[in-house]
Amino acid sequence: MTEVLTAGAPLVGLFVTCLVDLIRPSIGFAAIKLLEDAGARVEVPLAQTCCGQPAFNSGDRADAQAIARQVVDVFEGFDYVVAPSGSCAGMLKLHYPKLLADDPAYAERAKALAEKSFELTRFLVDVLYVEGVDATYAARVAYHESCSSLRETGSSWAARRLLQSIRGIDLVELPDSEACCGFGGTFSVKYSGISSAIGEAKARTIAATEASCVVSCDLGCLMQIAGKLSRDGKKVQARHIAELLANMIEAAPIGGERIQP
Amino acid sequence: MSGSQANRKKVLESIRTTLGANAPDKWREANVRHRLVTHPSGTIPARSLGNREAGLALFSGMLASQGAEVTRVRDPEGVVKAIAAYLAKHELPSELRLSEEPVLVTLPWLLAPKLTQTYGEPSASDAIGLSRAIAGVAETGTLFLVSGAGNPTSLNFLPETHIVMVDEGDVVGCYEEAWGRLRALYGEGTLPRTVNWISGPSRTADIEQTIISGAHGPKRLFVVILDERSP
Amino acid sequence: MTTLGSDFKANAAKALADAELQRALLNVKRGFVQKRVDAKARLPEFDTLRDEARAIKLHTLSHLDLYLDYFERKVADSGGQVHFAPTAADAREIILKLCRDADAKLVTKGKSMVSEEIGLNACLEEAGIEAVETDLGEYIAQMRNEAPSHLIAPIIHLNKETIAEDFRRSHEGLAADRTLGSAADLVAEARAVLRQKFLAADVGITGANLLIAETGSSVVVTNEGNADLTQTLPKMHIVIASIEKLVPTLEDACTILRLLARSATGQEITTYTTFATGPRREGDADGPSAYHVVLLDNGRSEMLGGSFNDMLSCIRCGACLNHCPVYATIGGHAYGSLYVGPMGAVLTPALVGIDHARDLPNASSLCGRCEDVCPVRIPLPSMLRAWRERDFARDNPKFREKTALKLWAYAAKRPRLYHALSGAAVKLLALLAGRSGKLSWLPFAGAWTRNRDLPAPEGETFHQLYAKRTQE
Repeated sequence: MTEVLTAGAPLVGLFVTCLVDLIRPSIGFAAIKLLEDAGARVEVPLAQTCCGQPAFNSGDRADAQAIARQVVDVFEGFDYVVAPSGSCAGMLKLHYPKLLADDPAYAERAKALAEKSFELTRFLVDVLYVEGVDATYAARVAYHESCSSLRETGSSWAARRLLQSIRGIDLVELPDSEACCGFGGTFSVKYSGISSAIGEAKARTIAATEASCVVSCDLGCLMQIAGKLSRDGKKVQARHIAELLANMIEAAPIGGERIQP
Repeated sequence: MSGSQANRKKVLESIRTTLGANAPDKWREANVRHRLVTHPSGTIPARSLGNREAGLALFSGMLASQGAEVTRVRDPEGVVKAIAAYLAKHELPSELRLSEEPVLVTLPWLLAPKLTQTYGEPSASDAIGLSRAIAGVAETGTLFLVSGAGNPTSLNFLPETHIVMVDEGDVVGCYEEAWGRLRALYGEGTLPRTVNWISGPSRTADIEQTIISGAHGPKRLFVVILDERSP
Repeated sequence: MTTLGSDFKANAAKALADAELQRALLNVKRGFVQKRVDAKARLPEFDTLRDEARAIKLHTLSHLDLYLDYFERKVADSGGQVHFAPTAADAREIILKLCRDADAKLVTKGKSMVSEEIGLNACLEEAGIEAVETDLGEYIAQMRNEAPSHLIAPIIHLNKETIAEDFRRSHEGLAADRTLGSAADLVAEARAVLRQKFLAADVGITGANLLIAETGSSVVVTNEGNADLTQTLPKMHIVIASIEKLVPTLEDACTILRLLARSATGQEITTYTTFATGPRREGDADGPSAYHVVLLDNGRSEMLGGSFNDMLSCIRCGACLNHCPVYATIGGHAYGSLYVGPMGAVLTPALVGIDHARDLPNASSLCGRCEDVCPVRIPLPSMLRAWRERDFARDNPKFREKTALKLWAYAAKRPRLYHALSGAAVKLLALLAGRSGKLSWLPFAGAWTRNRDLPAPEGETFHQLYAKRTQE
């Protein structure tokens, strides 16, 4: 892997996210490509595991705080922290400062981290001034706006802007695009019947657009959606937005049949 | 201490304790007094701030879109003729129950000899009620009606058809202006027993979200705006 | 409060399998959501008014004792009487005594969630007083001995055929050949039957959407006009309202009224908005000769100034229900609580304790749409999390979930251990999935795989692959 060092290039710490790490590393590599193409230097600290959402959303404040401190420690030295995920970026940006507000050793540092933490597409457009990507995807693509990228990281405009720059893309909006897909992290297994029913509604909406591909900023949503589409026998492929933007579409789609090398 | 006094004490003390307000606090009290006395308005929607004609047009338009029929007439004769015409058009009875508002009582009823008038509290069999609105609010096509001597509130609800007369000069832009007029009439911090805001005929959507008129209140609302300004 | 059984998951499963209910719930999703969008588009000042409404509510709550005191005096000035009720039992006792003093045989009721919270109807019936709901939806729910399933659309879960059957069963004077095929027929039938009740009632009991301190007034909004007939015709009008319904002034009421109908049904304003102040005055043509306001606490005073203070700002519009993906799939009854949807998930544990309602705040994807649409900007997702924290800290939450989480957190705080374990796990899962790239079944993962396929991992973790690549 060649590194292009530009004088003054911002140093970005990639927050891989646990789902990308475990389920689909190709998203992480796509993110690195996009960031480097846009002129950033990217490093991936090894001492990262998770943003702590599972603990935070389960009411386990103590563990959420412990993980948050770890993240603050690990990512302190970077100019920016970028995650290919609205929910993880949202965790760092919105929830860490509140989680660590009463900890004098971490309160200010958490605020500082929050200010320099971004979801990937928002970062590319608003900080690195990327106006378009060098990619081709000549097909109908439905954009699923994850709740966190909509409400926590404000990535609506950036994500769509970048998608629209893909050559050949036929980008379609989903009816009631602000509706949740039902993933919700641990909710998807704790209340699986309800989560599944919500996902069913979203899967139907996607299939009805006759898109051949659905993209989103969040892998969790895509796992839910792909899992539902697949169980329903629908042919729609699911990919992370980074994969399309980075023109890295050779791998099998999420939950799709493996392509033998 | 009586049961009710004990209850009162319990609730208020619980509130004060939770708020940490057990000691008298002149700043808290001043805050409350100030708001009550100055009753500041919030943001008034721009649509309420138009000129007179715009206001009347908005008032009529909103009421019409909310299921009422609206007409504007130039004189008391016009009021009577409009009412007669409305009742004939909809094949409604000609027996009217009116509130005892002088402006209604003194209408030139002789111009419509087929109509009969009775006054005061309606009975269950009265089909047509006629009241006067003390104000109209353009913002949402809302009529202000008040209870009083000769103004039975039940007249606004029991008859199947409700006719309301309002003077053009009483149609204001926003609710706050109407409250200002009521304060001038009744005094600060005082209201009559009932102030009805009425913005259309009675309706319900409880059954399969289908809108049906005449769920308990009037099925029809007819608004006559009396505009006596020179032509 | 009427609870419908505490097995949330079983109730939810039943609701998901109920085809009729699912069809009816589509009305909620399609109808109300678009109507609010349209109403907001017609009022450019909408979001500014939300900020102002929030400020009004929070100001009132932080001065609630003073405003309640002033309200009481103004009610007395206009000839009415205020009664404080610390608990539901106190409220029932007060209202029962008032009805007995009025020698009431028949009571008509305007829609009031608080009256259901205190179990008023059952109390009156036991005392031999007939209590008739007059809001059409509540009337039908009462007929079916059911709780309402939505804050403002009580029978959204029923179709008209079911209602027609209910009428035939309950309306004694109903001729067998009378058609009840359309919604209009049903409304006409209900109108005729309830008209008799309105006229015969001794006491009318309403709730209040707002109470106004400045004038000592209660405010009720309806589209039907039933609350007006309820509060005007009988000789006594009783208002039952919870303490947080209070706002300071007529202007403050206007700000909130500009948001209420728009947030609830997308209407600019409800057909009827009625301000009641005291009993009839001397010389009035009609009206009740007695006016009583019963102010219910029932746990609300304890919420003030704490983590759930802002929940008391709620104006009961139902927008959060209409936009909630969980409500949209399971409907109101599955919550097993009077207050449902996101606002119910926050309020119910505050009123009955988290140990009796733990599923409510947990059964949420935390999508945040509720907070987006709340007219008074209540931070509902934060409060749901706050309840989860309290639930987690209890001695007896679900043992398996807590253990699993603790194990996971142990690893997550130790990156090297975590990477080693996860590396092994994803390799295994990828092997199991084989070429298909997905798993339709996995031991211990039934919760996911029952209704969905599980996309398989690529086989190595990002950190493993990154380490390899950076060595090249």
